[in-house]
Amino acid sequence: MPTTSRPKPDYAFQIEGQKREKIILSISGRLVLEHLEHLESEYAAFLTEMRPAELTVDVSQVEYLDSAGALALIQMEDQAKAQNLPFQLVNLTDAARRIMALVDRQALQPSPPVPKPRPWKALEQVGAVSLSVLNDFVQVLTFLGGLLIALAQSFRHPGKIRWGDTLFYMKRAGVDGLPIVGLISLLLGLIIAFMSSLQLKQFGANIYVASLLAIAMVKELGPIMTAILVAGRSGSAFAAEIGTMMVNEEVDALIIMGFDPLKFLALPKVLATMLVVPVLTLYADFFGLIGGMIVGVVGLDLTVFSYISQTQKSLNLFDLLSSLVKSAVFALLIAGIGCQRGFQVRGGAEAVGSATTSAVVAAIFLIIVTDSAFAIVLHYLR
Amino acid sequence: MTSSDKNPIIVVENLTARFGDRTIFTNVSFQVNEGEVLVILGGSGCGKSTLMKQMIGLYRPASGRVLIKGVDINTPDEVQLRQLRMQIGVLFQSSALFGSMTLGENVALPLGEYTDLSPASIDLLVRMKLAMVNLTGSAELLPSELSGGMKKRAGLARAMALDPSILFFDEPSAGLDPITSAELDNLIKTINSSLGTTMVIVTHELESIFDIAHRVVMLDKTAKGLIAEGDPHYLREHSTDPRVVNFFQRRVGELK
Ligand SMILES: Nc1ncnc2c1ncn2[C@@H]1O[C@H](COP(=O)(O)OP(=O)(O)OP(=O)(O)O)[C@@H](O)[C@H]1O
Ligand SMILES: [Mg+2]
Repeated sequence: MPTTSRPKPDYAFQIEGQKREKIILSISGRLVLEHLEHLESEYAAFLTEMRPAELTVDVSQVEYLDSAGALALIQMEDQAKAQNLPFQLVNLTDAARRIMALVDRQALQPSPPVPKPRPWKALEQVGAVSLSVLNDFVQVLTFLGGLLIALAQSFRHPGKIRWGDTLFYMKRAGVDGLPIVGLISLLLGLIIAFMSSLQLKQFGANIYVASLLAIAMVKELGPIMTAILVAGRSGSAFAAEIGTMMVNEEVDALIIMGFDPLKFLALPKVLATMLVVPVLTLYADFFGLIGGMIVGVVGLDLTVFSYISQTQKSLNLFDLLSSLVKSAVFALLIAGIGCQRGFQVRGGAEAVGSATTSAVVAAIFLIIVTDSAFAIVLHYLR
Repeated sequence: MTSSDKNPIIVVENLTARFGDRTIFTNVSFQVNEGEVLVILGGSGCGKSTLMKQMIGLYRPASGRVLIKGVDINTPDEVQLRQLRMQIGVLFQSSALFGSMTLGENVALPLGEYTDLSPASIDLLVRMKLAMVNLTGSAELLPSELSGGMKKRAGLARAMALDPSILFFDEPSAGLDPITSAELDNLIKTINSSLGTTMVIVTHELESIFDIAHRVVMLDKTAKGLIAEGDPHYLREHSTDPRVVNFFQRRVGELK
């Protein structure tokens, strides 16, 4: 006997009769889950060795049987029948009989395989993914269009806008975001000014650190960083909030009460975000420039006055205004996609999770794409 | 319940429900009479909730129509739709209270939308509705501070805010203990008898059914449609359909 770490099976076979004749197999001990496979192989070995002409299995000595043991007995019978061997199970106790009755023999057959969809060819896959992306894009656009219409309608009846909610979300997206937006912009300003100063110093062009930073911060980094932070903080929260309301049938309840979920739930969020993100962007610009000034004054021996006047010279009103318009568009995208992903939620909690992720990813993607479009349009507009 | 018997307030005509290419039920037709408590019965997954959502206009039927007081619930006419919606209240299975609002604000929401009442009168009405469902003094609580049974009652108060002539319930007693669910049944009976509100209720609870239902309609998954309609006591004693008898006697039918 090979020694294994497994407990030794505590059942035993007792064989009465001659090879190729009528044989009585008495099983004693415990037939339990752990020994299921051992029992099967021992039984198979017994069948090949003894080749009984007729088999009677006596289980009167079995002390304990669990459902796996019952399964083993049933499989013994099936195996014997498969070999056209007359089989009899005798001396079943009542308890064993009850356990055997629990096993549904038909359910043991593997169910017919569900026809698997043919694995897609690479080209088809590319096509299918493109189609679903396109479809998703169309849905987002449709939703944003609906939002803009709702926004326009609400401005004709400003009394109908839920200003209380709007203020609430302005605080959430705006005021509560001030510390993180300020900190990140300040650090961003510091880093960019420092890195660029290393290069510009070599040419004695210290003062152009101010120009470089002013243009980079106000035109690109301020709006983009703010938008990305708001997407992570608020876009995801909108998706989660609306998604949870979908799951809880709250949106159904709103519809039944005659409210338009778009106006009731999405509009205050979109409006609040559009009002607050441009202000946050200004705030980010300001802190970025402060960061640059710290580097300029401390590291490059510029005076505060010269730094500020150089910053002023490199910027004009058009830059500032266009960046604010841009950030309002970003805000519409962030809040719109957050709400749209929320309304898409079907099913349960896990759908809310994926809606949240997808809201952030899609928002950031669209922010970058829109930013590129703005860069080109603004270039030719000037 | 005698004179109003011939007065259908809801007419369901040949409704069919389909999700993708899966048909849930076809050709379901029945009527709900004014002032009646009608219970929709059937095994799990046979489409009771779907049927109810079609009746209140949340799902569009694949074919057929639902008339409430003679108006199609899917009417494109905004004014008619608004009037219709004022007349129906719904208690959802998950209560569907708005988590960011207090109970009082939840109940006040439809009042603010559909009426021009002053805040003071709305406040008074809210307190009255909450008292009707035994939630006196809970107006300031948030839904997250309530037990399941309290949420159900608060949802009922909100559904009743506009004194609708029809109330819909999706499994009102699901997840409640027997006593709380009996209390809810009593509340349903009281509202029905004192306000004459017509009620359409989806439920599995046999006790509730015999207690509150004037009439039942029974959906079946394999038949994909209605298999019985009538007084539950009568059906229990006299139905010849084994599926109906099995359901009422809580017997497991033959394995399918
Ligand atoms: N939005 C949906 N999309 C696809 N299939 C759905 C949808 N809603 C319901 N179904 C399907 O329709 C069938 C009926 O669902 P429904 O919720 O109406 O059942 P039910 O009778 O209310 O069951 P239960 O008593 O378990 O609540 C189910 O098989 C379900 O899978
Ligand atoms: Mg249901």
